[in-house]
Formats: sequence, structure tokens, C-alpha cells
Amino acid sequence: MNTPGLYHILFISTALFFIGVYGFFTRRNLITILMSIELILNSVCLNFIAFNKYVWPEKLDGVFFTLFIIAIAAAEAALAIAIIINLYRSHNTIDVNAAEEMKY
Amino acid sequence: MTASAVIFYLLALLTLGSALLAVTSRHIFRSAIYLLFSLIGMAGFYFWLQFEFIAAVQIVVYAGGIAVLIIFSVFLTQKSGELLPPQKGSRKFFSALAAFCGFALCMLQIVKHSFPLDDHDFGGPRVADIGQQMLSIDDKGYALPFEVVSILLLAAMIGCIVIAMKSGSRQEAIGSENASK
Repeated sequence: MNTPGLYHILFISTALFFIGVYGFFTRRNLITILMSIELILNSVCLNFIAFNKYVWPEKLDGVFFTLFIIAIAAAEAALAIAIIINLYRSHNTIDVNAAEEMKY
Repeated sequence: MTASAVIFYLLALLTLGSALLAVTSRHIFRSAIYLLFSLIGMAGFYFWLQFEFIAAVQIVVYAGGIAVLIIFSVFLTQKSGELLPPQKGSRKFFSALAAFCGFALCMLQIVKHSFPLDDHDFGGPRVADIGQQMLSIDDKGYALPFEVVSILLLAAMIGCIVIAMKSGSRQEAIGSENASK
């Protein structure tokens, strides 16, 4: 339990990433899959900020990458939810097993 | 242990604990709320690292925008009070195994690698610097990605409206086609 530094933050972001991966593997509901993807994107943002802070503190590139990731994540979430609501209208469920018409 | 370290470990507990609950809870609404807490914990990390602007953006966009969007879509698509169907034990086990193996592999690489740490503490970026560099068009500026992202957001917005629009005329057309058959 020493003072937290880069390695502690990398541990947390890696743990968050693989918690998201676990959710992505186990969930069968589209909204919960989307939530797992949000966790994964967040862990990447934390990584960028930690490297920016501890390795190149005089630069700002990590900040810009994080801002762009947040913007793209917002666009992705909005689109995904539009698709999910459309799927619910046509199939009356949002289970991934129900959405297999384009599989073959 | 200093106050800063205590705050760090509390934030880590909040973020990781609520993230774990978010991916394992069988109440989908609770899971969305846990995700909200996890996102707020991430914003706390940005505050802890003295990146206040990113923390504010995180709270506004994620906790304020995306979490509310997810909660709305839960209301629109789930029957309230209904549990998600339980997962197969084997699937849970192998997913956890795969996630843990990936985690262990990444952590091994991270611990073995020594990063060129810079000890200077600049105390976080100033918002004015972020704004100037983001919109400058010289070598280190980010004006082009900024414009690309703004066009992407516009395209995503129009795409969302088109996808989620009730296609009344099309359904009427299909209905009349079926009727004529």
C-alpha cells in the first residue's frame, strides 16, 4: 500500500477493461452489452490520461485522445440505442439470440 | 498513508466494485445505476489526477448523457421488475477464465515493462492550453481531428434520427401491399 502511481492506475484500467470483457462475453441483452462496451472505452480513456500525467506531463496529446474517444463513444452509444429501439419495435425483444436474420 | 492515497483506494473500490456489479447484476435497471456510479468513480480519478477539464467532460457526457440514455432505453425496452434470464454456469466460468487470463497477461507485461516516468509535476493542464492546441492548425494542433469528429457527430445524429424514426409511410406501403395480396 505505497503511494499510488502509474502502475496502480494501469492495474485499475486493466481490471476495468477485463470486467467489461467479462460482461461482453456473458451478457445476452443488447443494452447490457452496450454497457460493457462503455466500461471498456472508459478504461482506455483512463489509460491515456495516466500516461499523459506520468510519462509526458508537459504534453497534451492524451487529453485530446480522451476527448475524441468520449465524443466517439457518445455517438456510438446514441446510434446503438437507436438500433436497439428499432430492433425492439420489429422483434419485441432485445436479446442477441433473437437478432439472427442477417446471420447467413 | 496520506489522504491522497486513501482517496485513491476509495475511488478504486467504488469504480471496480460498481463495475463488477454492473456486469453481474440480473436487474438491468440496477446494473445501469451501477454503471453510473462506475462512471462517476472514473471522473473522480480524473479529478485525482488533476485533469479537471476531462473530469467535467466525463461527468457531463457520460454520467449526464450516456447513462441517462441507457436508463431511458431500459425503460423503453424492458418490462419493469423482470429479471434477466440466468446465464449458464459453464459460460460464466469460461468467460471469467478468459477475462482473468487476459488480465494476468496484461498485468505481467505492465509490471515487467519499465515506463520512462517523468517526475515533474505540472499539476494538470490548463483549459486555455487545451483549447488553443485543439484548434490550432500548426504541427501540434488538433484542428483536423476536431473537424472530423464534429462531422462524425453530425452524421451520427442524423443517422440516429433516420434509424429510430417511425417509418410510417413505409409501413403503410407494406400494409397496403399485404392487403392487395
